[in-house]
Amino acid sequence: MTDAPEAVLEGLRERVRAAARDREPLRLRGHGSKDFYGEALEGEVLELGAYAGIIDYEPSELFIRARCGTPLSVIEATLAAQGQHLAFEPPRPGADPTLGGAVASGLSGPARLYLGAARDFVLGARLLDGHGELLAFGGNVMKNVAGFDVARLLCGSLGILGILTEVALKVLPRPRAERTVRLELPAAAALERFNRLAGQPLPLTACAWHEGQASLRIGGAEPAVEAACVQIGGEVLDAGMAEAFWRGIRDYALPHFSAATLWRISVPATTAPLPLPGAPLIDGGGAIRWYADLPAGTAVREVATAAGGTAQCWRTPARGTRSFAPLSPVALELHRRLKARFDPHGIFNPGRLVPGL
Amino acid sequence: MPTDPFLGELRGILPGGSLLVSEEERRPYECDGLTVFRELPRCVALPRTGAEVQALLRVCSRHGVPVVARGSGTGLSGGATPHPGGLLLSLARMNRILAIDPLLRVAHLEPGVRNLQVSEAAAAHGLYYAPDPSSQVACSIGGNVAENSGGVHCLKYGLTVHNVLGVRGFLMDGEPVEFGGTAPDAPGLDLLALSIGSEGLLMVVTEVIVRLIPRPPCVQLAMASFARVHAAGDAVAAIIGAGIIPAGLEMMDRKAAAAVEPFVAAGYDLGAAAILLVESDGTAEEVADQIADIERVLRAAGADSVRIAGSAAERLRWWSGRKNAFPAAGRLSPDYYCMDGTLPRKHVGRALEAIEAMEERYRLRCMNVFHAGDGNLHPVILFDANEPGSWERAERFGAEILELCVELGGTITGEHGVGIEKINSMCVQFTAGERAAFQAVKESFDPQHLLNPGKLIPTLARCAEYGRMHVHGGALPHPELPRF
Ligand SMILES: Cc1cc2nc3c(=O)[nH]c(=O)nc-3n(C[C@H](O)[C@H](O)[C@H](O)COP(=O)(O)OP(=O)(O)OC[C@H]3O[C@@H](n4cnc5c(N)ncnc54)[C@H](O)[C@@H]3O)c2cc1C
Repeated sequence: MTDAPEAVLEGLRERVRAAARDREPLRLRGHGSKDFYGEALEGEVLELGAYAGIIDYEPSELFIRARCGTPLSVIEATLAAQGQHLAFEPPRPGADPTLGGAVASGLSGPARLYLGAARDFVLGARLLDGHGELLAFGGNVMKNVAGFDVARLLCGSLGILGILTEVALKVLPRPRAERTVRLELPAAAALERFNRLAGQPLPLTACAWHEGQASLRIGGAEPAVEAACVQIGGEVLDAGMAEAFWRGIRDYALPHFSAATLWRISVPATTAPLPLPGAPLIDGGGAIRWYADLPAGTAVREVATAAGGTAQCWRTPARGTRSFAPLSPVALELHRRLKARFDPHGIFNPGRLVPGL
Repeated sequence: MPTDPFLGELRGILPGGSLLVSEEERRPYECDGLTVFRELPRCVALPRTGAEVQALLRVCSRHGVPVVARGSGTGLSGGATPHPGGLLLSLARMNRILAIDPLLRVAHLEPGVRNLQVSEAAAAHGLYYAPDPSSQVACSIGGNVAENSGGVHCLKYGLTVHNVLGVRGFLMDGEPVEFGGTAPDAPGLDLLALSIGSEGLLMVVTEVIVRLIPRPPCVQLAMASFARVHAAGDAVAAIIGAGIIPAGLEMMDRKAAAAVEPFVAAGYDLGAAAILLVESDGTAEEVADQIADIERVLRAAGADSVRIAGSAAERLRWWSGRKNAFPAAGRLSPDYYCMDGTLPRKHVGRALEAIEAMEERYRLRCMNVFHAGDGNLHPVILFDANEPGSWERAERFGAEILELCVELGGTITGEHGVGIEKINSMCVQFTAGERAAFQAVKESFDPQHLLNPGKLIPTLARCAEYGRMHVHGGALPHPELPRF
C-alpha cells in the first residue's frame, strides 16, 4: 500500500521544515542514477521516489506534468503509447531515473544541439523551498512570460535551491521515420561535415564521431529522411544497431565512457580537434568532446578555455578534483545570493553544484 | 541654470548629443507601444558602447537614480515606460551586427539591432533568425531578450529563450556579466534562462549571441474556414493530436477577418466564424507530406473550405491580413488595447464565447487574432480614450480576460510581458510566496532596486488593494481550481 501523494508531500514538507530548524543538510535523491554526478554528496539522504505519478497528460496540448519521483520509464511509455516522446532524450545512466532527477541534473541526450536541451522543454515546475513553502512557476502552456523564468532556472540546479516536486515538460511527436548513416572520416573532416550539413535544411537529429566513423541521425517524414540520406551519403545503419549506438551515447554506456578518468569538454561546435592526447568521442555535432584516460596533469581546463568552452571532470579516481569548471567571481556571487534566498539555512544538497554553496 | 552634479557626471561620460535633457527631446521617450502609460524621464542617454553603458550605470548606482533600459519602444506592456526621477537608457544606437559565423550558425549582435536586420544579414548564408514578432521590422534584439518575444512560428521554432545562446551586459552596479555562450552547457545555474524575459529588471544587455538556422527551401500555407469557433479550436487540437507540428498555426475570428479584409483584400471567407492559417515549411518532401496531412485533418475536423495558397504572392497576402490586425484595429477605432493571455488550446472556443459575453457587459467591441498553435490569445479591445470611462472599461475588460486565462489553466501573458500593465494580474496568478521568490531573484541581481523599478513584481500592498477592488471579497472565482 503506497501513501497518497498528498501525504507523501506533507511528509517531505515536514522533513524540510525540521531540517531548516535543525540546520541539517539534506541530500535529495530520486533513484540515485546520478549519484556519480556533480560535486560533493553531503547530508542525510532524502528519498523522493515515493512522490510519484503522472498528474496531467494531454497529447494534443503537447505537455506532461508529473511528480518528481515518477520514473522516466513510466513517462516515456505513456508518451510512446500516443506516438510522442521527450525530444531532449534524458540520459538513463544506471537505474531508471526519476523525472525530478532528470530535470534537476539538466542532462540531455544526443539530440541536444538539434532539438534542444532539457531546459528548452521545461514549461513549469513546483518547488519546495528552504522555508518549506511550495511555490509554482511557469505552467503547462508553451508561451508564458509571467514573472521570471524560475522553472527553467531550476533545470540543472542539482537541487541546491530546493526540491523540484513537480515538473511540466513540453512533449513532441516522435519522428515518423528515422535513419542513421555512417561515414568513414577523420575527426577534423567529420567536424567540418557536421557543421556544413547543419547549415542546410536537413532534418538532422544527432551527429557523433567515434573511432574513425561519423554517425548522423536523420528523423522526420519518410520521404524527407529518404532524400536526406541520399544527400548525405554513407552507409545506412541497421535500425537496431543505430538505436543501440545512440542509446550508448545517451546513457554513457559505450565502452569509451567507462574509462577511470573521463572529461566532458564543451566547445563551439566548429572548434578544430583539441590539442589533447588520444581520440575523443565527439557528440552534439562537434560541441561535446569526451576524452578518456588523459594523463594526469593534462591542462584540460586551460585547453577548453582557450577554445572558448569549458571542461567538466566527469569521473576520476583522483581525490580533490572538482567536477564543474569554476564560476567567474560575479557569477559566483549571484549564485550565493540566490542560494541564500531560496535556501537560507543551506540545507539542500550543499556543495553539489558549487563548492561551498 | 543651476548645475545638476548628476547630469554633470553623465556629461563627462557621453559625447555631446548623446544626453537629452530638454523636455522637447525627452518627450518622444515618454511611452512605449502601450501609450496609455506616459511619464517623462529625468534625462535620456544614448550610449554607443558597452563602456559608456557601464560608466552610466555606475554613476546612477552611486546616486541612487533609477534606470529604465529601452530598445525600440515597441513593447506592449509598459516595460519601457520611463521612471519620472530616472535615466532612460536607450540602446538604439548600439545597433551593430558584430559578427556572423555562418559555419557555426551564430550571430553576435549589439542590443539595438532590429530583429529583421538579423535575418536580412544572415540571408546571404542561407540562414535566418527564427523568432519573428509581428513588430520585427522595428523591435530590437535587446527588447526581444527582455520580453522573451515570440512570433507566428514559435510553435515549431521556439521563443527567444530557445534561440539565444548567450548574453553579455552589466548589472546595475556596473559589474560586467556574461551568461551562456557558443559552447553549450555553461557550468552553474542557468542564469541565461533567468535573464531572458526578465523585462530589464536584472541587467542591461549589451551583446546578444543568437542561433541562426537554415532557411527552409519550401513553404506552403493552408487556409480553412469554420462555421463555428469551437470547431476551429477542435481542429487545432486535431492537427497537433495527429502528430503534426506546423511552422505556424494562427486563428482569426470573424470580426478580425472583417476588419482587415478591406485593407489587404486577402480573400478571406467573411461568412466564416473563424479562419485558420496553417503553414508548413521544410524540404519539398517534408512540406508535400505535411500539407497533405494538414488538409486531411482540417476536412475531417469539419472545415467548410480548405484552400492551399497557389503562389508565394497568395500565401503572403493571406498572411498579411493576420499580420496587419493591429493597424486595422487602429483604423476601425481611435484606440485599441491588445491583450496577450495564453490558455490550453482545448479551451479556446470557450474563451472566445466568454469574451463575446464580456463585450456586451463592458459595451466595447473586441476582435480576436491569436497564435492558436500555442494557445496564445490576442484579443484586441476597441475603445476611445477621449470618451470618459472608455479606457477604464477597456482595462477592466482586459483584466477579466486575463483572469479567465488563469482560471482555465493558462497565464496572463504569453509574450508581451507584465511591465506595469499586468502588474495587478500578477496578484491573481501568483501567491505571495511566489511573488516573494521573484523579489528574491530581483534582489540577487539588483539589491538597490534601481533597474526598471515598479515593473513586473507587484508589492504586497498593491495586491491587497487589487484584491479588495476586483476580486470579490478577497476570494477568487473558482478557488478550487489549481492556479499554475
Ligand atoms: C504592432 C506590434 C506587434 C507586436 N507583435 C509581437 C509579437 O508578435 N510577438 C511578441 O512577442 N511581441 C510583439 N510585440 C511586442 C514588442 O514588439 C516586443 O515585446 C519586443 O520584443 C519589444 O522590443 P523593443 O526593442 O521595442 O523593446 P522596448 O519596448 O524598448 O522594451 C521592452 C522591455 O525590454 C527592456 N529592454 C530593452 N532593451 C533592453 C536591454 N538592452 N537590456 C535590458 N533590458 C532591455 C525594457 O526595459 C522593457 O522592459 C508587438 C508590438 C507591436 C507594437
